[in-house]
Amino acid sequence: MSTEGKYVAAAYLVVFVVLLAYVLIIALKLQRLGQEVAELVELAQKRRDPEQKAVAVG
Amino acid sequence: MAASIALIFFYAPVDEDGLNQKIFYFHVPIAFTAYACFGWGGWKALRHLWKGEEGADLESYVAIHLGVIFGALTLVTGSIWARFRWGHWWEWKEDQLVLFLVLFLFYCAYFMLRYSLPPGPQRANLSAVYALFGVALIPVSVLAIRLSQRFIHPVAFNEHGTNMAASQFFTFCVSLVAMLTLAATMYSVELAGKRLDVKLRELREALQ
Repeated sequence: MSTEGKYVAAAYLVVFVVLLAYVLIIALKLQRLGQEVAELVELAQKRRDPEQKAVAVG
Repeated sequence: MAASIALIFFYAPVDEDGLNQKIFYFHVPIAFTAYACFGWGGWKALRHLWKGEEGADLESYVAIHLGVIFGALTLVTGSIWARFRWGHWWEWKEDQLVLFLVLFLFYCAYFMLRYSLPPGPQRANLSAVYALFGVALIPVSVLAIRLSQRFIHPVAFNEHGTNMAASQFFTFCVSLVAMLTLAATMYSVELAGKRLDVKLRELREALQ
Protein backbone atom coordinates (compact mmCIF):
# COMPACT_ATOMS: atom_id res chain seq x y z
CA MET A 1 0.00 0.00 0.00
CA SER A 2 1.29 3.50 -0.86
CA THR A 3 1.99 6.10 1.85
CA GLU A 4 -1.04 8.05 0.64
CA GLY A 5 -3.20 4.93 0.92
CA LYS A 6 -1.99 4.37 4.47
CA TYR A 7 -3.10 7.88 5.48
CA VAL A 8 -6.54 7.33 3.90
CA ALA A 9 -6.86 3.96 5.66
CA ALA A 10 -5.80 5.56 8.98
CA ALA A 11 -8.43 8.32 8.66
CA TYR A 12 -11.23 5.83 7.93
CA LEU A 13 -9.98 3.47 10.64
CA VAL A 14 -10.08 6.24 13.26
CA VAL A 15 -13.72 7.00 12.39
CA PHE A 16 -14.61 3.29 12.50
CA VAL A 17 -12.86 2.71 15.86
CA VAL A 18 -14.51 5.75 17.48
CA LEU A 19 -17.95 4.69 16.25
CA LEU A 20 -17.33 1.13 17.41
CA ALA A 21 -16.29 2.40 20.85
CA TYR A 22 -19.46 4.49 20.99
CA VAL A 23 -21.65 1.49 20.11
CA LEU A 24 -19.87 -0.63 22.76
CA ILE A 25 -20.39 2.04 25.43
CA ILE A 26 -24.10 2.30 24.54
CA ALA A 27 -24.41 -1.53 24.56
CA LEU A 28 -22.83 -1.68 28.04
CA LYS A 29 -25.16 1.03 29.23
CA LEU A 30 -28.20 -0.85 27.89
CA GLN A 31 -26.96 -3.99 29.65
CA ARG A 32 -26.71 -2.04 32.92
CA LEU A 33 -30.20 -0.62 32.42
CA GLY A 34 -31.52 -4.14 31.78
CA GLN A 35 -30.00 -5.34 35.08
CA GLU A 36 -31.49 -2.35 36.85
CA VAL A 37 -34.95 -3.13 35.43
CA ALA A 38 -34.61 -6.76 36.65
CA GLU A 39 -33.65 -5.52 40.14
CA LEU A 40 -36.60 -3.16 40.25
CA VAL A 41 -39.02 -5.90 39.11
CA GLU A 42 -37.68 -8.11 41.94
CA LEU A 43 -38.07 -5.24 44.41
CA ALA A 44 -41.64 -4.60 43.26
CA GLN A 45 -42.50 -8.33 43.59
CA LYS A 46 -41.06 -8.48 47.13
CA ARG A 47 -43.17 -5.50 48.09
CA ARG A 48 -46.30 -7.00 46.51
CA ASP A 49 -45.97 -10.48 48.11
CA PRO A 50 -46.38 -9.39 51.77
CA GLU A 51 -49.36 -7.23 50.73
CA GLN A 52 -51.02 -10.26 49.04
CA LYS A 53 -50.29 -12.45 52.07
CA ALA A 54 -51.83 -9.82 54.34
CA VAL A 55 -54.97 -9.71 52.17
CA ALA A 56 -55.20 -13.53 52.21
CA VAL A 57 -54.86 -13.66 56.03
CA GLY A 58 -57.31 -10.79 56.53
CA MET B 1 -23.15 4.52 5.10
CA ALA B 2 -22.22 1.45 3.02
CA ALA B 3 -23.47 3.20 -0.13
CA SER B 4 -21.43 6.26 0.77
CA ILE B 5 -18.22 4.20 1.22
CA ALA B 6 -18.89 2.35 -2.06
CA LEU B 7 -19.35 5.66 -3.89
CA ILE B 8 -16.21 7.15 -2.34
CA PHE B 9 -13.94 4.27 -3.38
CA PHE B 10 -15.56 2.98 -6.60
CA TYR B 11 -17.39 5.94 -8.16
CA ALA B 12 -15.84 9.29 -7.21
CA PRO B 13 -12.82 10.05 -9.42
CA VAL B 14 -9.37 10.74 -7.99
CA ASP B 15 -8.43 14.35 -8.74
CA GLU B 16 -5.08 16.21 -8.63
CA ASP B 17 -5.05 15.87 -4.83
CA GLY B 18 -4.61 12.12 -5.30
CA LEU B 19 -5.96 9.32 -3.16
CA ASN B 20 -5.64 11.56 -0.09
CA GLN B 21 -8.69 13.45 -1.38
CA LYS B 22 -10.85 10.46 -0.34
CA ILE B 23 -10.54 11.74 3.24
CA PHE B 24 -12.53 14.83 2.18
CA TYR B 25 -15.72 12.73 1.73
CA PHE B 26 -15.69 11.82 5.42
CA HIS B 27 -13.88 14.80 6.93
CA VAL B 28 -16.20 17.54 5.62
CA PRO B 29 -19.53 15.71 6.30
CA ILE B 30 -18.25 14.92 9.83
CA ALA B 31 -17.44 18.63 10.34
CA PHE B 32 -20.89 19.66 9.05
CA THR B 33 -22.49 17.06 11.32
CA ALA B 34 -20.57 18.49 14.30
CA TYR B 35 -21.89 21.96 13.43
CA ALA B 36 -25.42 20.52 13.09
CA CYS B 37 -25.16 18.83 16.51
CA PHE B 38 -23.89 22.01 18.17
CA GLY B 39 -26.62 24.01 16.41
CA TRP B 40 -29.30 21.54 17.52
CA GLY B 41 -27.91 21.64 21.06
CA GLY B 42 -28.12 25.44 20.97
CA TRP B 43 -31.70 25.33 19.65
CA LYS B 44 -32.75 22.95 22.44
CA ALA B 45 -30.97 25.18 24.97
CA LEU B 46 -32.97 28.13 23.64
CA ARG B 47 -36.21 26.11 23.91
CA HIS B 48 -35.30 25.28 27.50
CA LEU B 49 -34.67 28.92 28.43
CA TRP B 50 -37.46 30.42 26.35
CA LYS B 51 -40.35 27.98 26.69
CA GLY B 52 -39.15 25.90 29.64
CA GLU B 53 -39.69 22.82 27.44
CA GLU B 54 -39.49 19.64 29.49
CA GLY B 55 -36.52 17.47 28.54
CA ALA B 56 -34.95 20.15 26.34
CA ASP B 57 -31.94 20.37 28.66
CA LEU B 58 -31.24 16.65 28.27
CA GLU B 59 -31.71 16.89 24.49
CA SER B 60 -29.29 19.82 24.36
CA TYR B 61 -26.74 17.86 26.40
CA VAL B 62 -26.97 14.77 24.16
CA ALA B 63 -26.64 16.88 20.98
CA ILE B 64 -23.55 18.66 22.35
CA HIS B 65 -22.06 15.35 23.46
CA LEU B 66 -22.39 14.03 19.90
CA GLY B 67 -21.09 17.34 18.54
CA VAL B 68 -17.93 16.90 20.59
CA ILE B 69 -17.46 13.34 19.30
CA PHE B 70 -17.89 14.46 15.68
CA GLY B 71 -15.72 17.51 16.39
CA ALA B 72 -12.90 15.30 17.65
CA LEU B 73 -13.24 13.14 14.52
CA THR B 74 -13.08 16.28 12.35
CA LEU B 75 -9.82 17.35 13.99
CA VAL B 76 -8.26 13.88 13.75
CA THR B 77 -9.25 13.19 10.12
CA GLY B 78 -8.23 16.75 9.14
CA SER B 79 -4.85 16.31 10.81
CA ILE B 80 -4.25 13.01 8.99
CA TRP B 81 -5.10 14.71 5.68
CA ALA B 82 -2.82 17.67 6.54
CA ARG B 83 0.09 15.40 7.51
CA PHE B 84 0.27 14.02 3.98
CA ARG B 85 -0.66 17.22 2.10
CA TRP B 86 1.17 19.89 4.14
CA GLY B 87 3.79 17.69 5.79
CA HIS B 88 2.69 18.52 9.33
CA TRP B 89 -0.26 17.68 11.55
CA TRP B 90 -1.42 21.18 12.37
CA GLU B 91 -1.17 24.73 11.01
CA TRP B 92 -1.62 27.41 13.67
CA LYS B 93 -1.75 30.19 11.07
CA GLU B 94 -4.83 28.70 9.44
CA ASP B 95 -7.87 30.55 10.82
CA GLN B 96 -10.42 27.83 10.07
CA LEU B 97 -8.45 25.17 11.92
CA VAL B 98 -7.82 27.32 14.96
CA LEU B 99 -11.43 28.53 15.11
CA PHE B 100 -12.73 24.96 14.86
CA LEU B 101 -10.38 23.99 17.68
CA VAL B 102 -11.68 26.92 19.76
CA LEU B 103 -15.27 25.81 19.07
CA PHE B 104 -14.39 22.22 20.01
CA LEU B 105 -12.62 23.24 23.25
CA PHE B 106 -15.47 25.60 24.11
CA TYR B 107 -17.93 22.71 23.96
CA CYS B 108 -15.52 20.41 25.84
CA ALA B 109 -15.63 22.97 28.66
CA TYR B 110 -19.45 22.67 28.59
CA PHE B 111 -19.12 19.29 30.31
CA MET B 112 -16.81 20.71 32.98
CA LEU B 113 -19.40 23.38 33.73
CA ARG B 114 -22.29 20.93 33.68
CA TYR B 115 -20.71 18.39 36.01
CA SER B 116 -19.37 21.00 38.41
CA LEU B 117 -22.95 21.82 39.41
CA PRO B 118 -25.48 19.65 41.25
CA PRO B 119 -28.40 18.36 39.12
CA GLY B 120 -31.34 20.71 39.09
CA PRO B 121 -32.75 23.82 37.44
CA GLN B 122 -29.61 25.90 38.07
CA ARG B 123 -27.43 23.41 36.23
CA ALA B 124 -29.93 23.20 33.35
CA ASN B 125 -30.16 26.99 33.02
CA LEU B 126 -26.41 27.65 33.18
CA SER B 127 -25.68 24.84 30.72
CA ALA B 128 -28.30 26.23 28.34
CA VAL B 129 -26.82 29.75 28.48
CA TYR B 130 -23.33 28.35 27.85
CA ALA B 131 -24.56 26.21 24.92
CA LEU B 132 -26.19 29.30 23.37
CA PHE B 133 -22.95 31.29 23.58
CA GLY B 134 -21.19 28.53 21.66
CA VAL B 135 -23.69 28.76 18.79
CA ALA B 136 -22.32 32.23 18.01
CA LEU B 137 -18.96 30.60 17.22
CA ILE B 138 -20.44 28.30 14.54
CA PRO B 139 -20.93 30.91 11.75
CA VAL B 140 -17.53 32.41 12.59
CA SER B 141 -15.93 28.99 12.23
CA VAL B 142 -17.80 28.22 8.97
CA LEU B 143 -16.99 31.62 7.41
CA ALA B 144 -13.41 31.71 8.66
CA ILE B 145 -12.08 30.30 5.41
CA ARG B 146 -13.66 33.24 3.55
CA LEU B 147 -12.22 35.72 6.04
CA SER B 148 -8.78 34.14 5.89
CA GLN B 149 -6.19 35.58 3.54
CA ARG B 150 -4.00 32.49 3.41
CA PHE B 151 -6.25 29.89 1.78
CA ILE B 152 -4.00 26.94 2.55
CA HIS B 153 -7.10 24.97 3.52
CA PRO B 154 -8.83 23.85 0.27
CA VAL B 155 -12.11 25.54 -0.62
CA ALA B 156 -14.82 23.07 -1.64
CA PHE B 157 -17.63 25.62 -1.77
CA ASN B 158 -17.33 29.24 -2.80
CA GLU B 159 -19.66 32.02 -4.03
CA HIS B 160 -19.63 30.48 -7.54
CA GLY B 161 -20.89 27.11 -6.31
CA THR B 162 -19.10 23.81 -5.75
CA ASN B 163 -15.41 23.52 -6.57
CA MET B 164 -15.62 19.88 -7.71
CA ALA B 165 -16.96 17.56 -10.43
CA ALA B 166 -20.63 16.51 -10.44
CA SER B 167 -19.75 12.92 -9.47
CA GLN B 168 -17.63 14.17 -6.57
CA PHE B 169 -20.42 16.48 -5.42
CA PHE B 170 -22.96 13.62 -5.61
CA THR B 171 -20.66 11.39 -3.52
CA PHE B 172 -20.16 14.22 -1.05
CA CYS B 173 -23.96 14.71 -0.72
CA VAL B 174 -24.52 10.98 -0.11
CA SER B 175 -21.77 11.00 2.53
CA LEU B 176 -23.28 14.05 4.19
CA VAL B 177 -26.75 12.46 4.31
CA ALA B 178 -25.22 9.22 5.67
CA MET B 179 -23.32 11.08 8.38
CA LEU B 180 -26.35 13.16 9.40
CA THR B 181 -28.49 10.00 9.52
CA LEU B 182 -25.86 8.28 11.64
CA ALA B 183 -25.77 11.25 14.02
CA ALA B 184 -29.59 11.32 14.21
CA THR B 185 -29.64 7.59 15.05
CA MET B 186 -26.94 8.00 17.70
CA TYR B 187 -28.89 10.96 19.11
CA SER B 188 -32.12 8.93 19.36
CA VAL B 189 -30.43 5.91 20.95
CA GLU B 190 -28.42 7.96 23.47
CA LEU B 191 -31.41 10.12 24.35
CA ALA B 192 -33.65 7.06 24.84
CA GLY B 193 -30.99 5.58 27.16
CA LYS B 194 -30.71 8.79 29.18
CA ARG B 195 -34.50 9.12 29.50
CA LEU B 196 -34.79 5.48 30.58
CA ASP B 197 -32.06 6.09 33.14
CA VAL B 198 -33.99 9.04 34.60
CA LYS B 199 -37.25 7.05 34.72
CA LEU B 200 -35.56 4.09 36.42
CA ARG B 201 -34.03 6.39 39.04
CA GLU B 202 -37.48 7.83 39.76
CA LEU B 203 -38.97 4.34 39.96
CA ARG B 204 -36.24 3.18 42.35
CA GLU B 205 -36.86 6.17 44.60
CA ALA B 206 -40.61 5.45 44.55
CA LEU B 207 -40.11 1.77 45.44
CA GLN B 208 -37.61 2.31 48.26
